[in-house]
Amino acid sequence: MNVLAVTDEAREKHPLEDYLRVDRLPHIWCPGCGLGTILGAFLRGLLKSGLTPDKVAVVSGIGCTGRVAGYIKLDSFHTTHGRAIAFATGLKLAKPELKVVVFSGDGDLAAIGGNHLIHAGRRNIDMTVLCVNNFNYGMTGGQFGPTTPETARSTTSRAGNIENPFNMSALAAASGATYVARWTAAQIHQMEKSIIEALLKKGFSFVEIISPCPTYYGRMNRLPTGLDQMRYYRSNSVVRHGANPNEVGAGTNGQIVTGKFIDIERPYLPGPRDGENGG
Amino acid sequence: MSDREHLEGEHFMSGDEACSEGAISAGCRFFAGYPITPATEIAERMSDRLPEVGGTYVQMEDELGSMAAVLGASWGDAKAMTATSGPGFSLMMENIGLGVMLETPCVVVNVQRAGPSTGLPTMVGQGDMMQARWGSHGCYSIIAISPDSVQEVFDLMIKAFNLAERFRLPVLVMMDGAVGHMYEKVVIPPLDKIHLVTRRRPDVPPGEYWPYMPDEDLIPPMANTGEGYRFHVTGLTHDERGYPAMDPEAQDKLVRRLVEKVERHRDEIIELEEDGTDDAEVVVCAYGITARVATIAVERARREGTRVGLLRLITVWPFPEDKIKSLARQVKAFVVPEINYGQISLEVERSVAGMARLALVPHMGGDVHNPATILEAIRQVIK
Amino acid sequence: MSNSVIKSKQNQVFVMTEWCKGCRFCIEFCPQHLLYESDETNSKGYHIVRMDDNGNCIGCEMCSMVCPEFAIHVVTADEEPEKGEG
Repeated sequence: MNVLAVTDEAREKHPLEDYLRVDRLPHIWCPGCGLGTILGAFLRGLLKSGLTPDKVAVVSGIGCTGRVAGYIKLDSFHTTHGRAIAFATGLKLAKPELKVVVFSGDGDLAAIGGNHLIHAGRRNIDMTVLCVNNFNYGMTGGQFGPTTPETARSTTSRAGNIENPFNMSALAAASGATYVARWTAAQIHQMEKSIIEALLKKGFSFVEIISPCPTYYGRMNRLPTGLDQMRYYRSNSVVRHGANPNEVGAGTNGQIVTGKFIDIERPYLPGPRDGENGG
Repeated sequence: MSDREHLEGEHFMSGDEACSEGAISAGCRFFAGYPITPATEIAERMSDRLPEVGGTYVQMEDELGSMAAVLGASWGDAKAMTATSGPGFSLMMENIGLGVMLETPCVVVNVQRAGPSTGLPTMVGQGDMMQARWGSHGCYSIIAISPDSVQEVFDLMIKAFNLAERFRLPVLVMMDGAVGHMYEKVVIPPLDKIHLVTRRRPDVPPGEYWPYMPDEDLIPPMANTGEGYRFHVTGLTHDERGYPAMDPEAQDKLVRRLVEKVERHRDEIIELEEDGTDDAEVVVCAYGITARVATIAVERARREGTRVGLLRLITVWPFPEDKIKSLARQVKAFVVPEINYGQISLEVERSVAGMARLALVPHMGGDVHNPATILEAIRQVIK
Repeated sequence: MSNSVIKSKQNQVFVMTEWCKGCRFCIEFCPQHLLYESDETNSKGYHIVRMDDNGNCIGCEMCSMVCPEFAIHVVTADEEPEKGEG
């Protein structure tokens, strides 16, 4: 395990150090993976949001993104594959004073976890979901998933994916999410600002963040380094606030449409505690 | 406390209804579930009762989500439960394992029906007893209890929550469809006659708290979410800090403790009912509704002059092997009737270790045994 | 390999050299193009990032924000950290 070398000059702490489990750094993610960048944006956003950190609980699932919970120095839960949102629903309903954040990946949330995603949107459970979309199943070695573009290569689609991907933003919006945004990991300031809005939003808020996966998806699809993918995002992203989520594509080939698509008001759960819970 | 929080007095209820009342009296304030015959009435009653007592009922989209939500709610400081039957029990298995691994107090009720698969949805079975012990992958110990009357459903729900809070794990209440759907008198005693247990909290400040540092009894104190403890818990094999620890030493340490925290406290956990076993030559060993049917066979056998005892398992897991072993030295035979093709009988056989004969009286499910079948087995086994 | 501190006239950039995994995000995102990949390696074999000591750091902190490893951060000369582009 790496130990921080102390210089003879006074060592200035990293500004996020109080909210990171520095005793577990460096983390396990690959060089050029966007997860660390996204985690940093989340922590900065959280600190700027005005929320009380001790009242924030982070729930994650299984996968590379699922490991985020283990590096955050807040009450955090690394649960089973696909069930983070369901676990978070129970946590929030039992203790509404908590701010519950689900931090998970495209496979965990949209494949095995798809049912819980759409129902949490339907119920408009007051929680924030950060969906890191790297277009494959990274942790298990680069298989295709529900967001993998058609024709993309993966370890289980070596001749090219024959399935169509989900448009995660459209899926969340159609389920009833009251805040839906999509960013790439390269859009540092916008991503952070959107995370703050999502955290403060009452209701089911969903932020899709497209992230590099250099070791698998990128390498197998001609963008072999994280830097290649970040450059691709910078060159190919457009911002279209208020765009119809059904028309923003799956964030894959060609232009990546980013922005804040949905920001509406709808009754949310948990509701007032006077015998009316359960909807 | 409002009078709706504890319905003291005499009632005429079904097992399912008594299950809900027992939970409410035990302090359960969260139910997440999915309708399934013959457990649906538990959900229905909880959906009425929980809002009355300031609790939450949520009907999740499936049993996988239900079990996950129960765990989440328990970490949100609530006494939480779900209720299901065979098919839902199967779906819940992965997250029961998560409950074991995170050491989350909660109660899972299985009102058993005949299986496998869709089976006989409205009719009784006892075919999930081994699944209760081994249903989730990996090595762990579990607590499972089996009521045989509507009154006992009420009483055992309180015991289940107490055990769950004390030992920090999911406790399984293995009802069966007969007890669940029958109507009997239930006496709900005054609340001051009921002993309730809540999970042990840390007595150190947040900076000094390690989520899985156990006390002497192998059980770690459990912190509340949202009180500054800033703990991390994971389903990965972990160390005392709660951090993933991916090595055989950590695995050995953790798994041993998860198993031993139950096994070492068998005396505290195991509850049995014995009738006439002291001088018995045959012992009928049964649980749930089958135990009640067996009493008829036992009485008839006694009238025929056979010294028959009845050992009723209230706690099925951990299995009371010491009791079976000690009886095996004394009796000629055991008779094990159950509404399956032999599950707990295997445990009896293992514990008997050849010291006595064993007769299984199976019934595949759909209704209860005919006492005559059990009586005949008693006669045959001592010939 | 100790951590390097490169001071510009106003701002200090701290690099936790042992945490750097050589992804080059910081180099790419620095609007002043002050960072570069040196020939030195840390104990894991990654080339560590260095900064041209030319005092042109504007304290935008993009390097810090984009770094996935939390391996680089900036302390600006003023009490309030200055933000670069919005």
